[in-house]
Amino acid sequence: MLVIKSLGPDERSKGVEKSYLMANKKAVFNVFRFDPDKEKEPHYDTFSVEVKVKMSVLEALFEILEKQDNTLAFRFSCRGAICGSCAMFISGKYRLACETLVEKLDPRGIEVAPLPHLRILKDLAVDMEPFYRKFDRIMPFFQEGKQKVEREYIQAIRERKEIDEITDCILCAACESACPLTWTSDYLGPAVLTKAYRFVADSREGATKERLSLVDGEDGVWRCHTIFNCVEACPKRINQTRAIEKLRKGLFARKLGFK
Amino acid sequence: MRDLPYNQVLVVGGGLAGLRAAIEAADRGVDVAVLSLVPPVRSHSGAAQGGVNGALANAEDGRDDTPERHAFDTVKGSDYLGDQDAIQIMADEAPARIIEMEHWGCPFSRTKDGKIAQRPFGGGGFPRTCYAADKTGHYMLHTLYEQAVKRRVKVYMEWASAYFVVDGRRVGGVVAFHLPTGQFEAFQADAVIMATGGYGRIYARSTNAIINTGYGMAMAYLAGAPLEDMEFVQFHPTTLLGNNILMTEGARGEGGLLFNAKGERFMERYAPTAKDLAPRDMVARAIQTEINEGRGFPGGYVNLDLRRLGKQKIMERLPGIRDICISFSGVDPITDPIPIQPGQHYSMGGIGTDVWGQSELPGLFAAGECACVSVHGANRLGGNSLLDTVLFGKRAGERAAQVVKGKPAPRNEKAAQAALERVRKAYAGLIAGTGKEDPNQIRDEMRESMFELVGIFRTQDKLVQAVRKLGELSERYRRVRACYDGKKFNWDLVRTFELGGQLLVAEVIAKGALARQESRGSHYRVDFPNRDDQSWLKHTLAHYSSQGPVLKYKPVTVAKWQPEARKY
Ligand SMILES: Cc1cc2nc3c(=O)[nH]c(=O)nc-3n(C[C@H](O)[C@H](O)[C@H](O)COP(=O)(O)OP(=O)(O)OC[C@H]3O[C@@H](n4cnc5c(N)ncnc54)[C@H](O)[C@@H]3O)c2cc1C
Repeated sequence: MLVIKSLGPDERSKGVEKSYLMANKKAVFNVFRFDPDKEKEPHYDTFSVEVKVKMSVLEALFEILEKQDNTLAFRFSCRGAICGSCAMFISGKYRLACETLVEKLDPRGIEVAPLPHLRILKDLAVDMEPFYRKFDRIMPFFQEGKQKVEREYIQAIRERKEIDEITDCILCAACESACPLTWTSDYLGPAVLTKAYRFVADSREGATKERLSLVDGEDGVWRCHTIFNCVEACPKRINQTRAIEKLRKGLFARKLGFK
Repeated sequence: MRDLPYNQVLVVGGGLAGLRAAIEAADRGVDVAVLSLVPPVRSHSGAAQGGVNGALANAEDGRDDTPERHAFDTVKGSDYLGDQDAIQIMADEAPARIIEMEHWGCPFSRTKDGKIAQRPFGGGGFPRTCYAADKTGHYMLHTLYEQAVKRRVKVYMEWASAYFVVDGRRVGGVVAFHLPTGQFEAFQADAVIMATGGYGRIYARSTNAIINTGYGMAMAYLAGAPLEDMEFVQFHPTTLLGNNILMTEGARGEGGLLFNAKGERFMERYAPTAKDLAPRDMVARAIQTEINEGRGFPGGYVNLDLRRLGKQKIMERLPGIRDICISFSGVDPITDPIPIQPGQHYSMGGIGTDVWGQSELPGLFAAGECACVSVHGANRLGGNSLLDTVLFGKRAGERAAQVVKGKPAPRNEKAAQAALERVRKAYAGLIAGTGKEDPNQIRDEMRESMFELVGIFRTQDKLVQAVRKLGELSERYRRVRACYDGKKFNWDLVRTFELGGQLLVAEVIAKGALARQESRGSHYRVDFPNRDDQSWLKHTLAHYSSQGPVLKYKPVTVAKWQPEARKY
């Protein structure tokens, strides 16, 4: 397992950092580098980047790619915090590189590392395939109820609210990376379970029973240790632990014969 | 020789248009795969905020809405350049497409009586834009991806398509480059559906994703499919100062207002009736005029004020906008106005198709923002693009399935190998480059020139200058420095390769704009400020030649509505 070294305090002693930034107009980036096919171990490269107003870490990575090192590997797409491509471990926290402003970090040493505990393809790009495949285990699509309707299903504002937070998930895998139970077991993990709950909680859904069965079992909801790492890692402020808790309640109710 | 991958239908692009096309083809029993530069849910469609249009007549003050009115608003919004037969189809089929999305689980916001909620959008006579808070694209994209998974649609992920496999004029597949491994592959198919999205990143100040290079359009153009109406580029009035992330029109739909530095509601002067909710081209020009004439704030912006909506409405209807403002700009719209400026947003033009997505080349279809049907004409109405993606995506999938089912095209391995070789050579050439030019510098200059010279206000002088500049950049592109030769996630190589295509598309836009001596919708010529139906009520078709685009024209389909002055 890779040890991520943390360089410099984050979001502390604002005064010092602000004045450093003012004086130098530059920030120091320590960027994780690794090509497992060519190197035995990872290392960090240091880059000094001129900081523009409201510059994001993603923009800084582009500055590095375009002006200093055209070999850097990372993922990106929307740059507006909605596509979920650029979740990384930045200065000791899970963040989306695109919505993390450089001015909010300690410019003397900003650490940019890939999502911990996922297999590294190169530098900041990790293997997402196992994460995507996990969703297949929970029937990851909406199932219409038996009662067919011509127009839209009627769903009360209150019922819609139930799925408000959990449909915000952008599949960035920060929670997957942060959950220690996914590191060592075949645990479905917080993102996949939240997705399952997204359907269970939807008043229009018709396959609640089957889906609950799919999240039952030792690699399902029961493995969660409620340590809230996922909640802390989530850039969308989703409470995965609560979603898992609700799935457990649903299963309990069924086991006790309430439903 | 090893077998090349083959699917009956290959969809290039995993955004809303591509996924909807793939779902349709799958439902019609053909073997279909999606090939995409990014995993489908990372597509730019996910960034759409405001909503999708359809005359459902759900809103209390929208009960009288009909597809007919939707069609008329779209025709008028297009400044009469949209084809009225295609627009009628779109307006008529819109409710069915939206209800279908709902039946697939899309979590639309709700009215008090539990129906799909609708909000007013610019240029629409009724609250017609169905929304899911201000993350409509995100919800629609995830919903369609789920449906594609349900149908076990094969997805080739993180492949950058480079050229078509061609057999004469027939398109029979795609050659692509695999980002994670650097592998090349020829994907054979009996029909290819392009759904590669817009070209926003040819411009500076774009709301589009970084991956929206427009390369897909260049690919079709190079293969001989004409690009239609490319001079019509939508500039969105309200993008966040600095990084130009979109502030949805829904913000004004919900009651947000624009103010200049003198505190004036300037839209009252430009569009006395529709005011802040006039169509995008008009509001963008109004804002830019305020800025140009010194009534903007230093740094070149005006304010979008949401404070009057109150905290509750902002949190309920525009939570994503608020998050973006706070994270990216440090402004909380509950307590402060949002600094905004116009930015490039949407490409009305694209690969010319009929109402079934068929391009001029056999075997090649297109849908979504990379296509031009044309339903948006000279100016797209907000909420009509998401509609366009799912509606014409479905139609393209349907027609492609019919075509390949009827008579499967003979596969041509030789053509595939030749195309593969061509791509290998092109990439190898970039790695072996001996020049000194920095591709990133060329890209930056292209983007700045396009925004400055082929932007909101155009003139003969500026456009001539733009054409000259693009010629110079293409010249420099031939002498670009060697690219990185690594295999994995070699962005230097892929982005430099795509830049060549982007320069071609930029040239088509600039030359189309130079030729069109009138003002219509988004295309505003300061030296020809009026619309000229006599000479210019026609579509531009740009055909590739090695000497630059050959411009031809074709008539607009006018049905029910004769062109009238466009007042709001
Ligand atoms: C910020 C923003 C907000 C918007 N809001 C609205 C709205 O509220 N309502 C509305 O109607 N419209 C809106 N639009 C417009 C609308 O979202 C887009 O026009 C639409 O989503 C485009 O969908 P698409 O499927 O055509 O393309 P995209 O979603 O852009 O997908 C393109 C796909 O092509 C793939 N691709 C691209 N190039 C290649 C290549 N070379 N090889 C392989 N794959 C490739 C990509 O990976 C991607 O999967 C908005 C646009 C923006 C920018």
